[in-house]
Amino acid sequence: MADFRLSDIDQQILDKVIEVGNSTTAHTRYYEDHEHEFPPARLEGERGFEEVFPLFGQRKPDDTPMMTFMMAVSMARGSTNGVVRGLGLAMPAGRASGLGNAALQSAGTAEQKAKWGNLFLAMSITEPGAGSDTKAISTTARLEGDEWVINGDKIFVTDGVRADGAIVWATIDKSAGRAGIKSFLVLKDAPGFELVRKEKKLGIRASDTAAYAFRDCRIPRENLLGDDETVPKGGGSAAYKGVMKTFNMTRPAVASGGVAKAMGALEFARSAMAAEGVEVDWDKSFAQRGAVEQKLIEMEADTEAAALTVLHAAWLSDTRQPNNLESSICKAKGGEVCRTIPQAAMDVLGGMSVSHDHLVEKYLRDGRISDIYEGTGQIQRLIIAREILGYSSEELT
Amino acid sequence: MITFELNEEQTMIRDSLKGFAAEVLAPAARAIDESGEMPAAVIRQGWDFGLIAASIPEAYGGGGGERSCMTNAVALEALGGGCASQTVAIMAPGQFVGALLDFGTEAQKAEHLPRFTGTEPVAAAVAIQESQFGFAAGAQRTTATRKGNGWVLNGEKRLIPLGDRADTFLVLASEPGAAGAVSAFFVPRETAGLTVSAETGTQGLKPVPKAKILLEGVELPGSARLGGDAGFDAARLVNQARVGAAAVAVGLSRQATDFAIPYAKERVAFGEPIGKKQSIAFMLADMHIECESMRWMVWKAASLLEHNDPGAAKAAVLAQDYVRRKAVKIADDALQIFGGHGFIRDLPLEMWLRNARTLTVLDGPVSV
Repeated sequence: MADFRLSDIDQQILDKVIEVGNSTTAHTRYYEDHEHEFPPARLEGERGFEEVFPLFGQRKPDDTPMMTFMMAVSMARGSTNGVVRGLGLAMPAGRASGLGNAALQSAGTAEQKAKWGNLFLAMSITEPGAGSDTKAISTTARLEGDEWVINGDKIFVTDGVRADGAIVWATIDKSAGRAGIKSFLVLKDAPGFELVRKEKKLGIRASDTAAYAFRDCRIPRENLLGDDETVPKGGGSAAYKGVMKTFNMTRPAVASGGVAKAMGALEFARSAMAAEGVEVDWDKSFAQRGAVEQKLIEMEADTEAAALTVLHAAWLSDTRQPNNLESSICKAKGGEVCRTIPQAAMDVLGGMSVSHDHLVEKYLRDGRISDIYEGTGQIQRLIIAREILGYSSEELT
Repeated sequence: MITFELNEEQTMIRDSLKGFAAEVLAPAARAIDESGEMPAAVIRQGWDFGLIAASIPEAYGGGGGERSCMTNAVALEALGGGCASQTVAIMAPGQFVGALLDFGTEAQKAEHLPRFTGTEPVAAAVAIQESQFGFAAGAQRTTATRKGNGWVLNGEKRLIPLGDRADTFLVLASEPGAAGAVSAFFVPRETAGLTVSAETGTQGLKPVPKAKILLEGVELPGSARLGGDAGFDAARLVNQARVGAAAVAVGLSRQATDFAIPYAKERVAFGEPIGKKQSIAFMLADMHIECESMRWMVWKAASLLEHNDPGAAKAAVLAQDYVRRKAVKIADDALQIFGGHGFIRDLPLEMWLRNARTLTVLDGPVSV
């Protein structure tokens, strides 16, 4: 039966995640002073997640299913004050944790997974003229002998500076629209590949963002992900759909990052205002509350609702049920609260909340990306609207 | 363990009630709302599902099933997807029974529960609301003063569901001098000093039979106090009521959303269905997003209430707050999508807006 309580060990894990995550405040200036630098493995006083991992061994088969629980871990972790690494994309859980790795796992052949599984792979889709509208992708790949020759420009490549390579979307037949789009594994030593620049950003400054150029960039023929060179008539290819399926796994994860920032900002505001003598009394009725109490309640309700949509999308995945619609729902909610809750926290806290003395302004800047990458909130709503109205992507644009 | 899985029984209840809501409740909703009268047949049909008696122990003649807030949340959402007013009329006695199951003494259970296990619908009501603006359930103005071994009640309770016919009222009142501690008292309809009168009518849940009661020096024995000498957890009862109303509002929101979707595909403006315009499509997407979000908020609160979890009070307040904001917005947006047609009483949109607003401002005429 539906249940929302954590087992003792799962609660212990989340408590430990938060304890470890709050172990340092060395980040407070670090991310401002060291933009574009690879963060050190440990900041001064920072405790590591190796303290958490052994606890996972004590989980039991009837505990919360794994992906659902990992979303809870991700939200807890991202909400702590020690997260210099932004949104948790660079959790030190091994190197193969890039978005490209998720694509490889969902769309690669068994051989490709075995060969490249240990690499750190970024995902390279966005172009200067094509964001969420992926069928407008203009980077091309053409077959020459046993090599693919790639030409085009890519931007906003998360982890693109330090990754070993990237899964790159390019079209092999522009006239075929989406069906012509394929994904290719491009390693950085490929001839014709160039890392053009590192972007300067509002937030998540310790997560690097790259721009790539491909000028007659040559890669082996077998670097086509999924190994399907055909262009099916009428509609997206299986490989394209396979890659789109990646989003069903990654959207809840990205949404969890947004919820995490909302949680962090909420907790900051809650404890700061409690120190000032303003606390929510859960036994009061609406008319008995002050404006700040009411605002804190609304912030928490919004954050909780978003968190539950993330857990639900993950739970569907854990229980092998379709979650295409639900992963968009949670991404829309995560994207919403990452904006509104840090903003509201600053309303409640007042002027000093802007200071770099405090973390709360960072939650706003770091969280803000969650409504943009992995599909903006508007794209998620478009996907949801098409689904519930029964419209194709051509019918509702 | 976090899981969103319903058990077999809950799935069965949800599916059969959804069918009943769609085939019986929804088609009758408008006529009943216009007439302002709740047909006895509706209450009887609802009664026949056995929802009220299901969780009464076999010792009292009930079904002996689990007392489950989660199951009630599922049932209320399913019924609420047909008609909120009829749902309240059918399920209001469950609030009374739930309070007995959770807080009643053995003697109180033995006295009251067997009545609810028969085939004839029984009306009993919990009286929470009072007449003052800014009402707070934890700060009752109705007073219960000790007198010898018994109690004397004074005050007025309003908008009591099924109050016109209830044979017993469970009246919330506070004890002066006991830091406002809220107790509840069984008050038989025939008790001296109790006056039941009709309400003037309400914006939403219009055909739900309601009454107000005046308590003037109502003398009760000590055994009339819910939970006996120990009293009871009033906040828990109120939270069960708030979450109950929220569950109905989720059903209503889903109903309004599902009604607006086909209309947006049919209604043509400037040469294409309005559903193909992002301004409308995105409203519908948000409505769908919030229907889902609200449901999980209600489920979490209901589940924690069921297990008497330490986090239950907070979860209930959060669910109530969230559903209050989102359900009213959804009903309001659904009406907006229909434009002028939404304002006309031929269609159910304006009724849903009234019902959503009413459900989410009351502390709940039904409980999980």
